[in-house]
Amino acid sequence: MLRYFARRLLLTVPVLLGVATLVFSLIHLIPGDPAQSILGETASPQEVADLRQRLGLDRPLVEQYGLFLRGLVRGDLGRSLRTSQPVTAMIVERMPATMELAAAAMVFAIATALPLGIAAAVWRGTAVDHSAMTLALMGISIPNFWLGPLLAIVFAVELGWLPVSGRGTWAHLVLPAISLGAALAAILARMTRATLLEELREQYVQAARARGTSAVRAIIRHAFRNSLIPVVTLVGLQFGAVLTGAVITETIFAWPGIGRLLIQSIGFRDYPLVQGCILLIAITYVGVNLLTDLVYSVLDPRIRYN
Amino acid sequence: MARVGAGIVILAVVLALVGPFVTPYDPAGQELPLRLAGPTGTHLFGLDELGRDIFARVLAGARISLLVGLVVVSVSATIGIFLGAIAGYFGGRVDESISRVMDILLAFPGLLLAIALVAVLGPSLTNVVIALSLIGWVGYARLVRGQVLRARELEFVQAARALGARTSRILLRHVIPTTLPAVTVQATLGMGAAILAEAALSFLGLGVQPPTPSWGTMLNGGRAHLLDAPHLTIFPGIAIAVLVLGFNFLGDGLRDALDPATSQRR
Repeated sequence: MLRYFARRLLLTVPVLLGVATLVFSLIHLIPGDPAQSILGETASPQEVADLRQRLGLDRPLVEQYGLFLRGLVRGDLGRSLRTSQPVTAMIVERMPATMELAAAAMVFAIATALPLGIAAAVWRGTAVDHSAMTLALMGISIPNFWLGPLLAIVFAVELGWLPVSGRGTWAHLVLPAISLGAALAAILARMTRATLLEELREQYVQAARARGTSAVRAIIRHAFRNSLIPVVTLVGLQFGAVLTGAVITETIFAWPGIGRLLIQSIGFRDYPLVQGCILLIAITYVGVNLLTDLVYSVLDPRIRYN
Repeated sequence: MARVGAGIVILAVVLALVGPFVTPYDPAGQELPLRLAGPTGTHLFGLDELGRDIFARVLAGARISLLVGLVVVSVSATIGIFLGAIAGYFGGRVDESISRVMDILLAFPGLLLAIALVAVLGPSLTNVVIALSLIGWVGYARLVRGQVLRARELEFVQAARALGARTSRILLRHVIPTTLPAVTVQATLGMGAAILAEAALSFLGLGVQPPTPSWGTMLNGGRAHLLDAPHLTIFPGIAIAVLVLGFNFLGDGLRDALDPATSQRR
């Protein structure tokens, strides 16, 4: 197992290096002179030259890349152009809010999807199944940037039950979490149904039933437990979608996380901060995927031997 | 469901094409005294913050959405099929290089790289198409690579090779056609995904810029009027959800038709 873990960890290194390289190149993709583009047409040549120096753009490309990687290893992502604060500190400050939102969305998704998927599989081909799967397909199709405002109209504006934006109490978390978790819930429900249906056809489930195990016990204790492995994997793999969705959800509900920081920094052309946010989200995503792979290999030893 | 999906998609295409003849209102025309007015018999979806007819703008937005979807899917699929086919067919270093690039692009979750690219290239419809295509090809390449790995071992492909057919001919005439059913399913689902992505970028202010009517831009404009004019948000949202649902229904149906085993499993 250790060999598999070590191999998987080693494979992550070139991916992380590739991610860092791509994020480094972002500022060089800006059409024309990046410093001029950041400051606008009215900036004086001196101001442009100062910014070029501040961003290190006056150095050779290879040197810039080396400095970027060295800073990255030390956790130094430069300073925000707008506030002059260290980018790392700004991101670390916003991190808990994004993680709180992502965790709440995933809890909502799992709590909704599992019962829905199980019900659809158990009552396959009935109205329950069709309703659950239509609901799931709607969940996938409805964009969170529409669901969010819609939920706000109904539950915050019309009914006045929940706050429309901001962060503070648990009540602030409800609408953003539902808005962000709905699509994941839909995907998970479909997956739960599909894998449970496959398990229900297996002989061990039929054998359990033949031994007199009740239908509920055979489904929950036997089939469902085994169907959980791909579902757990999917939860891990979908974490990236939740992180990207958070960018939109945080913007809608004025949630003070990294996603909102990213969009605000794009608006201000604060590229070091943009690079920092993108890099952190991508590294978190790679990390979670790695963790999912490792957990999967523990749950299903066949993975390690393939 | 596939028929419902096909019906929705055909209706959207027809409405996008004949939009200007369905409604007498110009999507850019303003009736300022009636700004934010709700739906009525004359203005079916009401008017927006500048007094523009929302129904006319939703119809015009369908053009943008379908156009973005079509261009992104065409460009992504072409690049993806080409790179996936040569990676799968030649293997070795070619495969290694292409696969590593795919690994790096797949290390960015969903829309994030598109947001990053549009952030540096600048917000515009063209840049949205470029960003979504640069990311979209990976899915097709991965799919085609897997299919080609299987196809290159098939007897008719080996027979063509034994008969001395050129590699380009083997790929174009024998190998790539075997991947097309799977690519068609992916492209149909990809249309929905591209439409959703364009709307998301426009909603964030990074995509289509006002006054061009895009569903995402319309939703963004509606955010400031959630309390006093929710119809600004409701109708463009319904349009996005229904069209994406249509492509998802159609994609699911096509997949079931091409691979009956999946309909058993799902």
